[in-house]
Amino acid sequence: MSLELQAAQLLTSQGLDQLLKALRRGGCRTVGPTVRDGVIAYEDIDCLEDLPRGWTDEQSGGHYRLRRREDDALFGYAVGPHSWKPFLHPPRQRLWRTHRDGDTVRMQREAPDGQRLALIGVRACELKAIAIQDKVLLGGAYGDPHYRARRAGTFIIAVNCTVAGGTCFCASMGCGPNLTAGFDLGLTELGAAGPPAFVLQAGTPAGSQLLEEIPHRPATANEIAAARARVQHTAEHMGRQMPTEALPQLLLRNLEHPRWSEVAERCLACGNCTMVCPTCFCTTLEDSSDLTGRETSRTRRWDTCFTVDFAFVHGGSVRQSTRARYRQWMTHKLATWHQQFGTCGCVGCGRCITWCPVGIDITEEVSAMRTSEPT
Amino acid sequence: MDERETDPMVPTVLRVRSRRRDGPQVWTLELDAGAIERTGFAAGQFNMLTAFGIGEVPISFSGDPAQPQRIVHTIRAVGPVSGALTRLGAGAALAVRGPFGTGWPMREAAGRDVVLIAGGLGLAPLRPALYQLLAERSRYGRITLLYGTRSPQEILFRREIDSWRKRTDLMIDVTVDHAVQPWQGHVGVVTALIARARFDPGRTVALICGPEIMMRFAAEALGTAGVANGAIYLSMERSMSCGIGSCGHCQFGGLFICRDGPVIPYDLLREPLRVREL
Repeated sequence: MSLELQAAQLLTSQGLDQLLKALRRGGCRTVGPTVRDGVIAYEDIDCLEDLPRGWTDEQSGGHYRLRRREDDALFGYAVGPHSWKPFLHPPRQRLWRTHRDGDTVRMQREAPDGQRLALIGVRACELKAIAIQDKVLLGGAYGDPHYRARRAGTFIIAVNCTVAGGTCFCASMGCGPNLTAGFDLGLTELGAAGPPAFVLQAGTPAGSQLLEEIPHRPATANEIAAARARVQHTAEHMGRQMPTEALPQLLLRNLEHPRWSEVAERCLACGNCTMVCPTCFCTTLEDSSDLTGRETSRTRRWDTCFTVDFAFVHGGSVRQSTRARYRQWMTHKLATWHQQFGTCGCVGCGRCITWCPVGIDITEEVSAMRTSEPT
Repeated sequence: MDERETDPMVPTVLRVRSRRRDGPQVWTLELDAGAIERTGFAAGQFNMLTAFGIGEVPISFSGDPAQPQRIVHTIRAVGPVSGALTRLGAGAALAVRGPFGTGWPMREAAGRDVVLIAGGLGLAPLRPALYQLLAERSRYGRITLLYGTRSPQEILFRREIDSWRKRTDLMIDVTVDHAVQPWQGHVGVVTALIARARFDPGRTVALICGPEIMMRFAAEALGTAGVANGAIYLSMERSMSCGIGSCGHCQFGGLFICRDGPVIPYDLLREPLRVREL
């Protein structure tokens, strides 16, 4: 959006409210940021009042607090613990049920959820994460029909980041903060006093079409320049930096680096990083039955490579040590992901740093490995 | 409509035709393929087998690829799911997804000597390859099966092995870790048999299936004998949930064992196998 602002429009906060209503009228479930339990969470939202007006977040390793802003910004925070993953690749998904009738077992497949989703307030790093999950979950020989159904109907209103979080490093991953692709409508919140206003650009014909239902006017050159400056400011104030040069090679030639043991001393193997990560996709299958065994079902649920069970084969787990499990997570994310999906698995959102109970910092781990590489 | 075409995570309900014991805690189930007969399978591939309400495990095909109407799996009861599967009698229902994964390099083996090395239950995934080799015997050079197992009582497919021993166009050597009377054969690790086998290392394809440590030693011994790492194929085992490369469990470096394997040439495995707990 920042590249092509010629057709930019100006949208007021009332306009945004009408946009939400239009999406709901069109049959979409509208999901967006809201304050809950001391965090900015993505939940069902009905109207502007549900958005985190006047809130921002303070983030560092193992630390997250909401703070009041001095203005009424609606999107004046970085990212909360939730990505959009729970909506597109849900934590639990039933796959099928069986019903036994005498000698016959009937298999009933779970129909994909046809509810159209509208995601409000998606950040550049999150758009990239969705694009990565598209590759992972749809790019193979098969593709997940549940994910496909959810993605097919998804309408995305993206937001340029006007503040950088304390653990953000999307700029060094090449994933933000500028919106570039993958959204229907893109907003940049302007910072002037008074009610929030947005420079807006359509990213798809569906976005343009929806915009026609909403009052707006062409943005002025000043407004466009102001929007651009805010995003530029964000890019220059990233809380973290990832030294990305030849990163896969660095990790893959250092599989026995002593740093893995050091980080394992701190890592609790809790799996928080994988739960908050917008690209982590691992799942396991759970079967259950009623007491008689007549009804059974299978559910797919998120899993994490930090459990001992994750790599269990008869005889024991392949990865007994926390060292091996942390190494698996980080080398997968930053190195072998390239081999598997032709892209890095990290978008620089910083969630794994913020939500690690002991503040392990993936950027710091990479830097440490780079500076202490055995020669 | 066949739902497997649209969703590889949805299995097909099949019935057990017969069940036979093939060793301590080992049973071979033969299933009626029914509607999925036309799917067929390649030697070396596996199915995901479901015991209803309990769970699902990956099990290699152990039957004849030329007879896709009979789906055969040889299973050792080691956990809740494999235990439940081995208790299924004739007529019982189970569910099947597959076939998944890569097969043995049967085309590459044409015109060459073929060495099959099996450890324990690893003979089961190799049996489809052996069926295929013997069915088209003239297409291949010398064929050798080296089989190591724990004890004489645990020799799989005993009657078949006895009948194969009578063939003059197949060399079989069997060794056990622990001999008991009246065992007159070899005692020791299967890799020790490699030196006795007759093959031309420059034109040999090796197929290995067994415990990982055994496969590494066998592959190294073949390498020392002059077989190229790229002509040595291992059938790898890892935890698997989906079978289609999307659950993440079976990762081994950048490989998904379920999708890029289970049969993988040793040149891709040699380095990662040296890394402990990879």
